[in-house]
Amino acid sequence: MTTDTLTWTAVCAADDILPNTGVCALVGNHHVAIFRVGDSQFFAIDNVDPKTQVSVLSRGLVGNLGDRIVVASPLYKHHFDLRTGECLESPELSVRAHEVRTDSGRVLIATP
Amino acid sequence: MKIVVVGHGMVGHKFLESLAETGLQDAQVTVLCEEPRAAYDRVHLSEFFAGKSADDLSVVEPGFFERTGFSLRLAARAASIDRRAHTVTTADGEVLPYDKLVLATGSSPFVPPVPGRDRPHCFVYRTIEDLEAMKASGAKSKTGVVVGGGLLGLECAKALRDMGLDTHVVEFAPRLMAVQVDEGGGRVLRAKIEDLGLHVHTGRNTVEITDGATARHRMVFADGTWLETDMIVFSAGIRPRDEVARQCVLAIGPRGGVVIDSECRTSDHNIYAVGECASWNDQTFGLVAPGYDMARVAAKHIAGQSGAAFVGADMSTKLKLMGVDVASIGDAQGKTANSRSYQYIDEVKQIYKKIVVSPDGKQLLGAVLVGNADEYGTLLQMALNGITLPESPEFLILPSSDGQAKPGLGVDALPDSAQICSCNNVTKGQICAAVCEGATDIGKLKACTKAGATCGGCVPLVTQVMKFEMKKQGMEVNNHLCEHFAYSRQEMYHLIRVGQIKTFDDLLAKHGKGLGCDICKPTAASILASVWNDFVLKKELAGLQDSNDYYLGNIQKDGSYSVVPRMPGGEVTPDGLIAVGTVAKKYGLYTKVTGGARVDMFGARVEQLPLIWEELIAAGFESGHAYGKSLRTVKSCVGSTWCRYGVDDSVGLAVELENRYKGLRAPHKIKFGVSGCTRECAEAQGKDIGVIATEKGWNLYVCGNGGMKPRHAELFASDLSKADLIKLIDRVLMFYVRTADRLQRTSTWRDNMEGGLGYLQNVILNDSLGLNAELEAQMQHVVNTYQCEWKTAVTDPEVRKRFRSFVNSDKKDEHIVFVEERGQIRPARPEERAEAALDATQA
Repeated sequence: MTTDTLTWTAVCAADDILPNTGVCALVGNHHVAIFRVGDSQFFAIDNVDPKTQVSVLSRGLVGNLGDRIVVASPLYKHHFDLRTGECLESPELSVRAHEVRTDSGRVLIATP
Repeated sequence: MKIVVVGHGMVGHKFLESLAETGLQDAQVTVLCEEPRAAYDRVHLSEFFAGKSADDLSVVEPGFFERTGFSLRLAARAASIDRRAHTVTTADGEVLPYDKLVLATGSSPFVPPVPGRDRPHCFVYRTIEDLEAMKASGAKSKTGVVVGGGLLGLECAKALRDMGLDTHVVEFAPRLMAVQVDEGGGRVLRAKIEDLGLHVHTGRNTVEITDGATARHRMVFADGTWLETDMIVFSAGIRPRDEVARQCVLAIGPRGGVVIDSECRTSDHNIYAVGECASWNDQTFGLVAPGYDMARVAAKHIAGQSGAAFVGADMSTKLKLMGVDVASIGDAQGKTANSRSYQYIDEVKQIYKKIVVSPDGKQLLGAVLVGNADEYGTLLQMALNGITLPESPEFLILPSSDGQAKPGLGVDALPDSAQICSCNNVTKGQICAAVCEGATDIGKLKACTKAGATCGGCVPLVTQVMKFEMKKQGMEVNNHLCEHFAYSRQEMYHLIRVGQIKTFDDLLAKHGKGLGCDICKPTAASILASVWNDFVLKKELAGLQDSNDYYLGNIQKDGSYSVVPRMPGGEVTPDGLIAVGTVAKKYGLYTKVTGGARVDMFGARVEQLPLIWEELIAAGFESGHAYGKSLRTVKSCVGSTWCRYGVDDSVGLAVELENRYKGLRAPHKIKFGVSGCTRECAEAQGKDIGVIATEKGWNLYVCGNGGMKPRHAELFASDLSKADLIKLIDRVLMFYVRTADRLQRTSTWRDNMEGGLGYLQNVILNDSLGLNAELEAQMQHVVNTYQCEWKTAVTDPEVRKRFRSFVNSDKKDEHIVFVEERGQIRPARPEERAEAALDATQA
């Protein structure tokens, strides 16, 4: 997929997200978890936890396990790789990762 | 094979457990138990008076008889044995055939043949029924006498004292515990016991018991003096219960007891005897450990497994009598010819220590320790394993001066065969093997080897062996929190406090690496809150809080949150209840009264939380911290204000305690209970901190727990004034906050504490670490800086805007779907949710 085919949607200001936390954005009908790691790194994955079908991943704690940057689901604490959406404990429970970028202080999410 | 077991005490049950472990097939096992209840822990019988129930004392694991198919007959006494017919006849006349018969009849208390000994309010101390009778009598008595100053007699004296009686101990011998300790030790022991308010009369021979003038009885002694008392308990030794063996003419030992060989067989090889009723080498054994050994030997022999043999037992003992450590090892009296001894006496601290060494000074033969028995484990292993003594053995018992290490025994010196836990016969080799298989903390080790699981006396030694073996195996004795911090929680606490660290970024920069994770962040958040008590949602701290603390509510399975206002002591006004009801109704919340004596509301979406709390705060409520690893509730009974049995105002105290400790962040949640009398309606002994009113003040219990592994709280201090009680709670809680592991409840904290309750008491009551002033000051800081987190949150627009389902929309989260059940909402199940979604699209 190239960026040409993506639609970018501005969802919020970068400063709406506290460093090292996440928020959930509604992109179309889709719930997307957006994380701000440190001051300037942004990641986006599906917000719905596939194990429970509950929209909570943005509320997990952000950190790293080895060289992977992860969020821990607040419900059952399994970890998702913020770059790929892979669930570290059970890969069959992985979620999609989304492209995200900032532009003049706005956070933009790509939707296919 | 038909096996009949006569007697179901601790040893009888150990036989059954051992038999089940042999895997013997086709055994039909019948157990005759004279008492109305199955085997219970007679060693800890006096705890019955400290509040333990008969069920608590049971040694039968639930489901044991169902699992094994063994048949237990309660209240069934074996009256006679017909050895020719191979039958046992019960007192009810039932005849049971056997192939193998096991006698585990135990012993009976010896009552000296004194005229008047069978008067009412005279007891023996052996069964729960005896204790119940003592309890009933104690309630109608002011004074009590225990006849017998031995081990059991002093236990019994403790029980009388716990009942609030003016307690006397009358001993025939010239000193207390004459069998186990020598004259010097007896003197120190006596002084300690007298300091506890008991009266000790040694060298007294009771000749008659008659009516008293000021109390029920008068005990007249051989020297013409007398003592008046309302109640008498005989605890002057035990005699083997061998009557049924005598009836069927088995060989009987010179001091009573059924003669057994090393396979535990009696003179009739189809009959075995185990425990206190057996006589081996003309010796009987009044301790549980040798009884357990016999039980294992007999079970293996009956199952046809060879090799097991009873070879006698070491009668060394260590115990705590009314808080006084007493230990005796081997030849405590120095009876071995030409043996020599070293003694250390500290009359100020009331400590007596003696070791008896062989004539050449190379072997330890025996020891007596009174007042402090820390060296027991080391000395016992030296004596049992014949380890050569250091050049100056006196240093083994002398207090070490600053910085000087004691000549330790070094667990590496022990052979693999060294028995570390005598109650459960666990050797060093078995402990090491378990460590290699992954039992690398004391809890796991206890569970899989049973080492330290009965009397607990060997736990420090077990810990040493475990640590040594882990080191030897190259296993890191690693208590690092996670990959980001090479420190334990306790170390992290100190880094934060001493380094005045106030943010996670600072902590990470100075002592950690990486970004942190869902382990170290909440841990750091909790410690920062315990130490500095800043608002947990301020910008620098918010990202450390897990979801519950971030939204100040408990996340539920559907992503909604609960709302729990504080109701201190479970007290709430009608207006308060109406306000709660009004809010719950307005926002459609599910309501439930909880075990913590307050009302929980469920089903709030994040964006509703600030609105709900604004209304609750306006009605006078505060955050209940149900979401935090912090003080939850202080449960109370109504107490003396309303209850006709109440001794003190338990609600008033509960409210005060809850208001004092609310908001305190800790390694895990903390629950309190306060009962207004010993009926204990608030179940305070199941709580981390339990308080029970007495006639003279408050009793403090610590480190109890309900939950997965229930544990009764232990009595920590008695008859405290309210001011003293609060001081002690301040110290205990702050010490817990400082030293516990992450997510460690007080009960496991206590179970893992080397030195156990005694150590904790020493720290808190005697200030052995010199920490108390600091602990109290820290707690006062937390109390002074308390704020209602919800009040701060709703009044801060920056914080408030975080409470949204979507950063870019005010829509509701459609994943949160409720259906109705019993007149209230509940989260929809997946199939119900699919249906609701379908309805929505069709609508």
